[in-house]
Amino acid sequence: MTYQPQKDFGTPESRSEEAVTLTIDGRTVTVPAGSSVVRAAAEQGTSIPKLCATDNVKSFGSCRLCLVEIDGRRGTPASCTTPVEPGMVVRTQTPHLAKLRKGVMELYISDHPLDCLTCAANGDCELQDQAGAVGLRDVRYDVQATHLGQDKDHSNPYFDFDPSKCIACSRCIRACDEVQGTFALTMEGRGWDSKISAGLASDNFLGSECVSCGACVQACPTATLVEKKVVEVGTPERSVVTTCAYCGVGCTFRAEMRGEQLVRMVPYKDGKANRGHSCVKGRFAWGYAQHQERILNPMIRKSISDPWREVEWDEAFAYTASELKRISEKYGSHALGGITSSRCTNEETFLVQKLVRAGFGNNNVDTCARVCHSPTGYGLKTTFGTSAGTQDFDSVEDSDVILIIGANPTDAHPVFASRMKRRLRGQDRRPGAKLIVIDPRRTDIVRSPHIEAQHHLPLRPGTNVAVLTAMAHVIVTEGLADEKFINERCDWDEYSHWAEFVSQARNSPENLQPVTLVDPEELRAAARLYATGGNGAIYYGLGVTEHSQGSSTVMAIANLAMATGNIGRRGVGVNPLRGQNNVQGACDMGSFPHELSGYRHVSDDDARRLFEDDWGVSLDPEPGLRIPNMLDAAVDGVFKALYCQGEDILQSDPNTAHVSAGLAAMECVIVHDLFLNETANYAHIFLPGSTFLEKNGTFTNAERRIQPVRKVMTPMNGLEDWEVTQALAQAMGLDWNYSHPSEIMDEIARLTPTFAGVSFDRLDEAGSLQWPVNAEAPNGSPIMHVDGFVRGKGKFVVTDYVPTDEKTGPRFPLLLTTGRILSHYNVGAQTRRTENVVWHPEDLLEIHPIDAEDRGIKSGDWVNLASRAGETTLRATVTDRVAPGIVYTTFHHAVTQANVVTTDYSDWATNCPEYKVTAVQISASNGPTDWQEEYEALSTRARRISTDIPAG
Amino acid sequence: MNSVERLVYMANQIATNLATDGTPVAAVADHIQQFWDPRMKQLIFAHGTEGLSPVAAAAIRKLAKSQNAA
Repeated sequence: MTYQPQKDFGTPESRSEEAVTLTIDGRTVTVPAGSSVVRAAAEQGTSIPKLCATDNVKSFGSCRLCLVEIDGRRGTPASCTTPVEPGMVVRTQTPHLAKLRKGVMELYISDHPLDCLTCAANGDCELQDQAGAVGLRDVRYDVQATHLGQDKDHSNPYFDFDPSKCIACSRCIRACDEVQGTFALTMEGRGWDSKISAGLASDNFLGSECVSCGACVQACPTATLVEKKVVEVGTPERSVVTTCAYCGVGCTFRAEMRGEQLVRMVPYKDGKANRGHSCVKGRFAWGYAQHQERILNPMIRKSISDPWREVEWDEAFAYTASELKRISEKYGSHALGGITSSRCTNEETFLVQKLVRAGFGNNNVDTCARVCHSPTGYGLKTTFGTSAGTQDFDSVEDSDVILIIGANPTDAHPVFASRMKRRLRGQDRRPGAKLIVIDPRRTDIVRSPHIEAQHHLPLRPGTNVAVLTAMAHVIVTEGLADEKFINERCDWDEYSHWAEFVSQARNSPENLQPVTLVDPEELRAAARLYATGGNGAIYYGLGVTEHSQGSSTVMAIANLAMATGNIGRRGVGVNPLRGQNNVQGACDMGSFPHELSGYRHVSDDDARRLFEDDWGVSLDPEPGLRIPNMLDAAVDGVFKALYCQGEDILQSDPNTAHVSAGLAAMECVIVHDLFLNETANYAHIFLPGSTFLEKNGTFTNAERRIQPVRKVMTPMNGLEDWEVTQALAQAMGLDWNYSHPSEIMDEIARLTPTFAGVSFDRLDEAGSLQWPVNAEAPNGSPIMHVDGFVRGKGKFVVTDYVPTDEKTGPRFPLLLTTGRILSHYNVGAQTRRTENVVWHPEDLLEIHPIDAEDRGIKSGDWVNLASRAGETTLRATVTDRVAPGIVYTTFHHAVTQANVVTTDYSDWATNCPEYKVTAVQISASNGPTDWQEEYEALSTRARRISTDIPAG
Repeated sequence: MNSVERLVYMANQIATNLATDGTPVAAVADHIQQFWDPRMKQLIFAHGTEGLSPVAAAAIRKLAKSQNAA
């Protein structure tokens, strides 16, 4: 298929259920009431010329090109601002309209450079198209003054701004306002002096508040805002719809290609998670896929002190299989294990856990969700009966109160944050939803353009359960609980037990204030708002789960939702914002050591038998080791081999010294990844991985949406990741013969009741499906627990606040909490290899002015960050975004290794690490710590690749 | 913290968080049965109940007994 931009209907879709029939150019068309005439025309296939109208922003009516004639109306109204009416008769092409449009176009073109043949947008320019559409053949004006020849702004690493080509349609400004919600762009000057500005007059695009989401570039009808890659490569010639491989929002993109070269990623308007929007990572930060540091050949070595030796795939598979067999025979099968990746596809993840269970002969398989959302799995399964969020993203459009706890969506889930912000600002004459934020930091969403949280509860890190219990105290003791819902949908005795507990005076906001540091009146007001403000939706992230009471916090959230009846319909619910693109899917696929796919315990004889019959092996009925347990067992000398696909545990897991000790104690560490990551410093076998652009499969996002990932280019390493795992399984003697990932999905569907109706054909047909997809819900399940909880009755669980054992004291008086920043993703393996480093070249330590002054620290100073586990150095930034006593940093840069200082404390139920609470001390520093210097030397040694050419 | 010390810590932590359950000993035993691999269980059985809270100790005894009976 040759390249076509996605069809633009001119104005947004109307959601009205009322239908209106009208006649356009002699043909009748029926559209929802509230549609514009230009949209109605587009839906019947009539293209009315337009420039300022586009269907992702509201109509504006400035370009005067989409004029039409309507029977019974005077003049020539703009079709973008004219709503349809029953019986309306519209003409879009008349001699009078043609003359008007040609006149308008003539004016535009009189101030536009006529360099079409050398313009980056040649062939993909709406101005060019419309000039052709209106039949413009010459420009009569003798132009004395123009906007031509203005300086271009090349500052943004991904797109250029050429004001000479601007037609002042304001589409970019409106996209920044309405779609992204940043309100960075503005129109500077008036009339002839009108000019798009990235912010203040002194700002360029890089220095302004622009977050590089790309919405303005997408909206621009000319080459005024254009991707640098298009300038460099040319316009695309085909496109493939696929799914982003960054965060758990799971945006759908059109990968626009020239041959096998990716030209740009354009958000797909029919993507149900992103609805045509994107962020700087998914839109632009895909350069890592072709980065020179990618490893493309398998490599092996006997010892981690040896340099790597490149080998052919066959030798790599044979050697890996022989090592695994040797270790299994010498130490027993339980000495082997694997880690599945939340960055890989469902099909690849399923195969890795199958290899461990059926090939290694044990259940020692875990996944990166261990260190992020394993408490979500435990908490929501216990209370609701299913290990997943309850809503689709569209649901937020019907929320009246949004409660965000332990999440920073504008940085970590930016596209969903934009959708959330749109609801918070209000739309279509509906007032905005109210906002409650529970977070130690004043995250951006607390106060951003046209948004201000009604309540920000800046709690002390580690006291989530106390805050939520205090909110429950208010709701129950003030009679705000929805007892009708509880009586119908939940176990009343369990509710009564819970209500009695939370009502105790010791759980009042006033009594807990010394612990939580939250103003009791503010907390009471927040609780009242959540309970009585209409549809209340809770969104949470790793600030909830990564605590010693992570699972308790998830259950406390579920308790609140049940107590207020905020479950089972649009606008409400409990919504974990998943960190990585396929965390949900990795968990669904049986990546946990105690669960088969579909969250069935390995001790469940019926479930196990299903797999045993299908796979022709017997399976271990006992749970296997979780990642921290594997590392402990390795240090004990009984766990010897690890197959680690697409995860960098050395950088991402807590207490780096302990992780490195565990890895160093193993005899065979197999890293299957794109790059020689930090874990690979301890690896004996490196299997090169493939990117999401190089393979077929599916990802499942935070709303349980299973979405196709489509191969747009040949894997640079020669094999898709599922092929590597299959070849390894075959080398170990397993009879696997998948010829395409669709066959793996067929197996998943056969063995997993919630995926029973899923197949690649169904996904191609529907675009995406939200599990459960089965006989009862053949088209999927956007909202869960509609008529009843999956477990039957909703379960209230008493969650008593238990303080963490990680205590501050004289030596370590401050609390460190960690998180993400917009421009980077997780350990930064991908984003550090893109131009995104211009925004965040290093991890910084945020420290409050009082704490900084006490220590003589200024912004930009190098500081030593020390905990009981270790120490590192990084630069400080002094800000009141954090409260006194709290410091904050990100963990995106290997050189900082923030996890050197995080501890072994973990969630009581799941061992999810307590990243969010570490007692630390900060002091001025002159340079890197001993650990950093030693590690740098180790990394340099461990990454050597032999250049010896064998004698031949 | 060595592995056994860590297991003792984990068992106590589970017991503390399940203290408000109606049957805390059974709840702790069930949790460990469901989530600990066989070696972890064997290590704590071999260690005994030293350092364990009363609920955690009772749960470990209960679990060890049921495993021996199996």
